[in-house]
Amino acid sequence: MTTTKDQGADHGAATGAVAAGSPASDAFAHQPLWKVRLALWRRSLGKTWGLFRENKMGMFGLGLILLFACMAIAHPILMATVWDPKIYDPVTGYSAVELQFVIVEGEPTDPSTQISLQEARLRLNPTVKVGQTVTIPVQPAPPSLKGPNPHLLGTDPQGRDILSQLLYSTRAAFFLGAVAALTTVLIATTVGSIAAYFGGFIDGSLMRLSDLILLMPLLPVLILVSALFEINMVMLGLMIGVLGGFGGVAIVLKAQALSVKVKSYIDAARVAGGTHWHIVLRHIIPNVLPLSFLYMMFGVTEAIAIEATLSFFGLLNVPMTWGIMINTAQNNGYLLSGTSYWWLLFPAGLAVTFLCFGFFLVGRGMDEVINPRLRAR
Amino acid sequence: MTVADRSMAPSAPSSELPLLDIVDLQMHFPVSRGLFRAPTEFVHAVDGISFEIAPGESLGLVGESGCGKSTTGRMLVKLLEPTGGSIMFRDRDYERDVAHIKGKETKEFRRRVQMIFQDPYESMNPRRTIFDTVSEPLAVQKVGNVPEREQRVLELLRLVGLTPAENFLFRYPHELSGGQRQRVAVARALVMNPSFIVADEPTSMLDVSIRISVMELMAGLAREFQVSYLYITHDLAVARYMCDRIAVMYLGKIVEIGPTEEILSRPQHPYTRALLSAVPVPDPSQKRTAVEIKGGVSKPVNPPPECRFIERCPFAAEVCRTNPHPPLELRGDRHYVACYRVDEINAAIAAAAG
Repeated sequence: MTTTKDQGADHGAATGAVAAGSPASDAFAHQPLWKVRLALWRRSLGKTWGLFRENKMGMFGLGLILLFACMAIAHPILMATVWDPKIYDPVTGYSAVELQFVIVEGEPTDPSTQISLQEARLRLNPTVKVGQTVTIPVQPAPPSLKGPNPHLLGTDPQGRDILSQLLYSTRAAFFLGAVAALTTVLIATTVGSIAAYFGGFIDGSLMRLSDLILLMPLLPVLILVSALFEINMVMLGLMIGVLGGFGGVAIVLKAQALSVKVKSYIDAARVAGGTHWHIVLRHIIPNVLPLSFLYMMFGVTEAIAIEATLSFFGLLNVPMTWGIMINTAQNNGYLLSGTSYWWLLFPAGLAVTFLCFGFFLVGRGMDEVINPRLRAR
Repeated sequence: MTVADRSMAPSAPSSELPLLDIVDLQMHFPVSRGLFRAPTEFVHAVDGISFEIAPGESLGLVGESGCGKSTTGRMLVKLLEPTGGSIMFRDRDYERDVAHIKGKETKEFRRRVQMIFQDPYESMNPRRTIFDTVSEPLAVQKVGNVPEREQRVLELLRLVGLTPAENFLFRYPHELSGGQRQRVAVARALVMNPSFIVADEPTSMLDVSIRISVMELMAGLAREFQVSYLYITHDLAVARYMCDRIAVMYLGKIVEIGPTEEILSRPQHPYTRALLSAVPVPDPSQKRTAVEIKGGVSKPVNPPPECRFIERCPFAAEVCRTNPHPPLELRGDRHYVACYRVDEINAAIAAAAG
């Protein structure tokens, strides 16, 4: 120990002798520092989890997310074991389910078991008569458990399995959400902390940039970009992250960083001789980070919704997503068919809704952990 | 006060060179008046003060809120860049004017000074352990390796009375009481063995019952390690306990400075008299000649050339209005007062008393 004064060393020897007799009762004593830090980190994580558990909504959201995670994991497993790729591949699979229909005069009252005379003559041969039962291969086929290759959620207008598409798209949604949210948080935390700490010209220029991006309508911009360039999931995630990160989230995190900046431990770090980067990295960012994670959750929600919108318009170069599933229904004229072709719309639509809902609820639950004022007590 | 008044600057008690020699220190904050207009108004938070602090001496800086005492403290540890004046700092192997040093020089200077803050709940990062907090100066100054730092931190925790120290090493600030936190703050201030510590009202946020023990700790450690304090407080009783000398500040000026007992028993400036007569005495039979002052502190924005205390002074006269703020003059044993009418006031009060 190099000390600037020798009295300190003398004193240390004196107190050291006294302390030798005192019992080192703490479990952390005489352990390498990284082990202590790991234990402390686990302890604080445990505490946070304990608080989060009390939040029913948050736990419900977490349950939803876990459900979707299971779905995402299930797809490759099912493809490798049970499902025949020729039939069940979400993009290239094909199967025409043969169903029996009764030919009726005029408009059929139940389209899943009846077929009009004109259509039956058009699809089979002109000799069929009213009252006859005929077998017709259909796509989209309604959900059924029958047959050697059952389609639990039916098939789409091109004869592809809806369930397979749904599970396959879940993985893409998670991936996109992760990329977008991480980018958002990385950029917003850095921008907000730097703007708040340094202030002045740096703050001014970063915040004006944020205002500009905040005012820019995100969806039309992304539509324009994806119309001009061929964009994939990674690029989309990065773009949503950058635009979201520089915009509103950066402003919110800057406000949080400002409230950290005026605390006297920042002054203490400066008096200790800490550089600007030491203070930003060790004091400001760690205190902004919980709020960043909160916005990460909301960022996932936003990214998934945007992706669904863009792929519904067919603007993304991706094989299959929930938005593309709805887009397929729309392109084949089933979007306005009401509930009679529900399996074309509801699985994808509800998946988008519930996954976003799940992340939102987890975000709300985290909010209550981070802001003790929101906790219902 | 100007540099020419250096001969009148209050001297340190001993004959050796002072640790800190502050001359005509100024902090004028600009009052912002829009983006493209240069500021024309300045808040004269600290307006040319001069004093010295001897090695091992503790100087109390007393005054009401907004008088510039915290600003002075922050300038001395380079948290604020003074707009004028000089701060001569003399350590054993170090001697230089630190008023306008930058970058690496500031970092080097900060090995020798520390600060203890008012609010023990805000002076520690809630996400860092006590070990991180106390060893931060060692870490940023790259002193020793991790086991050495751990030993040093344990040593200091024992020194400030947090025993068994091992139990406190990896606690978080929120697990500690206010008094314990302030002890940690003292440990952090001492970890680099500084020669000078600015203590900005370190006990004002503490419970009265633990205030005295923290004060005793600080006073004891100051004696032991020969640390000089600038002890900022608004509480004369605290200043009396902690300080060898007291400087009374009013609106950015030192109005009276001298040895603690001298100031408290023979105050001469009307403001100091008023402060002292506001201190309650636990004896109803004792009769005192109270000096009443009215109104509040005015804002020191571009102050006119007259005595700063004129608005509230019961003894104000023409001489106080026509002349600039009075310089500090020797009025007793190392006792300096900045008032034109000291003799008249003494006579008036003596006559009133009887």
